[in-house]
Amino acid sequence: MPDFDILFFLEVLVGGLLAGVMYSLVAIGFVLIYKTSGVLNFAQGSMVLLAALTFVSVRERGVPFWAALLLALAVMVLLGMSIERTVLRPLVNKPPITLFMATLGLSYVIEGAAQLVWGTQVHGLDLGIDDTPLEFGGILVSKFDLVAAGIAAAMVALLTGFFRSTRIGLAFRAAADDQLAALAVGLRLPRIWAAAWVAAGVVSLVAGLLWGARLGVQFSLSLVVLKALPVLVLGGFDSILGAIVGGLLIGASEKLSEVYLGPLFGGGIEGWFAYVIALVFLLVRPAGLFGQKEMA
Amino acid sequence: MKASLYRFPAWPGTVALLVVGYGVIPIVGNSYLFEAILTPFLALSLAAVGLNLLTGYAGQVSLGSAAFMAVGAYAAYNFNLRVHGLPLLATFVLAGLVATALGIVFGLPSLRLRGFYLAVSTLAAQFFVQWALTKFSWFSNNNPSGVIDAPSLRILGLSFDSSIGRYLFALTIVVVLTLLAWRLVNTQIGHNFIAVRDNELAARVIGVPVLRTKLLAFAISSFIVSVAGVLWAFAYLRTVEPAGFNLDRSFQIVFIIIIGGLASIRGAFFGAALLVVFPLILSRVGSFLLGDRFDSGVLDMSQRIVLGLLIIFFLIAEPDGLAALWDRLKRRLLSTPNNL
Amino acid sequence: MITGMNKQLASKDDYLSRVSKDGTDKLIAAAVPLSFLAGASTKETSRSIPGPSPTLRLESITLSFGGVTALADFDLAVAAGEIRAIIGPNGAGKSSLLNVISGIYRPQRGQVWIDGRKFARVPTQQLAGLGIARTFQNLALFKGLSVLENVVIGRAAVRHANFLEQIVGMGRARRERAEAQARAEEIIDFLDLRAGPDRLAGTLPYGLQKRVEFARALVARPKILLLDEPMAGMTATEKREMTRFVRAARDEFGTTVILIEHDIGIVMGLSDRVAVLDHGRKIADGSPGAVQADQAVIDAYLGVAHEDESEEVYA
Repeated sequence: MPDFDILFFLEVLVGGLLAGVMYSLVAIGFVLIYKTSGVLNFAQGSMVLLAALTFVSVRERGVPFWAALLLALAVMVLLGMSIERTVLRPLVNKPPITLFMATLGLSYVIEGAAQLVWGTQVHGLDLGIDDTPLEFGGILVSKFDLVAAGIAAAMVALLTGFFRSTRIGLAFRAAADDQLAALAVGLRLPRIWAAAWVAAGVVSLVAGLLWGARLGVQFSLSLVVLKALPVLVLGGFDSILGAIVGGLLIGASEKLSEVYLGPLFGGGIEGWFAYVIALVFLLVRPAGLFGQKEMA
Repeated sequence: MKASLYRFPAWPGTVALLVVGYGVIPIVGNSYLFEAILTPFLALSLAAVGLNLLTGYAGQVSLGSAAFMAVGAYAAYNFNLRVHGLPLLATFVLAGLVATALGIVFGLPSLRLRGFYLAVSTLAAQFFVQWALTKFSWFSNNNPSGVIDAPSLRILGLSFDSSIGRYLFALTIVVVLTLLAWRLVNTQIGHNFIAVRDNELAARVIGVPVLRTKLLAFAISSFIVSVAGVLWAFAYLRTVEPAGFNLDRSFQIVFIIIIGGLASIRGAFFGAALLVVFPLILSRVGSFLLGDRFDSGVLDMSQRIVLGLLIIFFLIAEPDGLAALWDRLKRRLLSTPNNL
Repeated sequence: MITGMNKQLASKDDYLSRVSKDGTDKLIAAAVPLSFLAGASTKETSRSIPGPSPTLRLESITLSFGGVTALADFDLAVAAGEIRAIIGPNGAGKSSLLNVISGIYRPQRGQVWIDGRKFARVPTQQLAGLGIARTFQNLALFKGLSVLENVVIGRAAVRHANFLEQIVGMGRARRERAEAQARAEEIIDFLDLRAGPDRLAGTLPYGLQKRVEFARALVARPKILLLDEPMAGMTATEKREMTRFVRAARDEFGTTVILIEHDIGIVMGLSDRVAVLDHGRKIADGSPGAVQADQAVIDAYLGVAHEDESEEVYA
């Protein structure tokens, strides 16, 4: 490149990092569930879709913002609890890949049901944050991206604090570490799992609202799950910090590669570049940057 | 000791099936049956047989089978287009070999990765192939949306272009490859697949060539799946685009082998039959129950729900799939009070 | 770190040297196994009467995992055709030992000598070629294969026909298959596994599964057999049978056996020599009788209740 525009680079970088924060948000939902029950929840994306669809459809029927939020929250909580009871408990001793397949099936059910009930058309989602570009020292940053990143960061901080300091958080970590030992000290695993799924549902709601505001609420929202997988590979499946760092890395490299490498390939490499990064990483460090155990 | 390593398929059953397939169905069937049900059933069954070798027998999870179907279809199209006078069957074989090479490349991660991680790396194959076929119009002879049209099916001057012709063509290819796959799983190499799946460390210690076994599984599986893709494009749809080989299609094949039964050749056919037939039943039942409200959107979504429920049901209640169910039924029917 | 043994050895050594001065061949032949008592338990092998070099030797093996030392400066010499037991309290490092010999773990220090060849890490994929076979503590049968298929796959290392040849089933593939099946049937007869060769291996009772795993190891006619608690979980009758089989394997095929076992009664009756591990170190090495009487060994085991320890010696 004849003259390297540092400002442009930074702009792309920042944009990528902010997008990465959003990826992290979805990835964190995964981590919550994986950390406590060892299940890789492929249905996370469909949960995001369901949350967003419920919120948006209820809003469109005139329900006020906070009521709609509570309603969507209630739906996600119910969903989490029923998934734990009907799908996970019967499969509790099966190998991880079986559980993964079950969540695959679950994703189909949730996606189908969500669109059956609320319809398949695209909805716009207005959170009251407009997408005006703000300027920081010559770099243009989207206001929406910034606010979204802020909300996501707040969630992450909340969750991290939760895991570290509260009793329930400790119980989560115990269950993740050693199920038998957790049982031995009297922790009720099914309760913990249900709580984890509910928490993941809440995270999905936040992610659904943010992503939905960005992309519009439609079926493709459930495909964010596919972006979360490389993030998890990079960051480790059982680390929230890893999900954050992984998300940032993936977001940044995706955007940067699209802008700087993309033209070589005719564009559109965003779709799979993250996977290539993940793959290369896997071959070098299978447990991820922060992951504690290698997955079977 | 009468136990034998050399097993034949249950002759009466197989012969009966072949008779039905070649003799009965062509006579009683109509073009709807051939075009909308049997041909896609055959193509999907073959894809499932291929995937089952890799995932069911060798234990290497792959979520990218649709990509290999696409490779088969597009490679065959290009060989047919650009190499004049190439016999149709040679096109199939060459396309299969291209997919085999790609399969080995994308199978290399399996030497270091297992389970989820391997699944993620196969997703890379899925996305990459779909992107490449769409992005580089060379693959589709400069068609802007990557659409390709199947050539006419002629072997030694005989045309298989009618709906019954395409059915018989597909049937023959599927029968031949299934027979080879079945032979494979009953050889030492097939047992090596199972050994690597069940306990890779023990297999290594015994002297099973683990590396070679895994790559062979990827290679053979890719070949078969890609031929299934050619059938899908040439015998069934006749016009395909990269979007038809998307992640949903990969998942569909995975669902087939789970529902049909992992590590079971017959299971592939049971699963494919269910998957091809149930949307039709659902559509009939739906319009019967809900009338006009059951439009195509509702059908799509209901299909998704039913499919998801089926998967969950089979994973919980019958993890060995329809094949195991069938075996149990057979045993119960054949065991009379006298000869239990 | 051999305690107490040295006094006994010194006297045996004297005896042996007196014997060899007499020059009677029979006595020397009888003394050969005894010479290893003198040579193997210390690093000074020059003190021993020259005899056939050990078929397997571990030299100064040190193995640790992130701060935990599994094996510390461990030596072992195993003579051809002997049955060598490794015993010790739980967590003493016995399985790690077998894992080092089979190349699953790479020791931080030390060498493994197999048939005169030196290895810093034994190549696991080449184990069969080196003439080594093993069983695992947690039963490593292939659940998806039948009993017969499990035993036949023990010959996997010598099957060279490629997949096309095997699909066609003629020529080399056919010969290899017939040979593998014949060998498998031989071993199945030898080990009394005739009932239900077509049953899926996972459906057999536990004791029989263990025997199938043993068969799978034996079918390769290994020179060295590593058995990791082959009798764990077996009934007394099954243990008796298994003991008989292990001894028969050595007697019929000349296989050297290295055996990890908790049941002291079995160990005493079955093995030629015993090495005792505690916290990764060898604390005793010698004949079963000597080891049983060794104070350090008794101390190490003190307070550890063994449910399967038996008084009965399985002859």
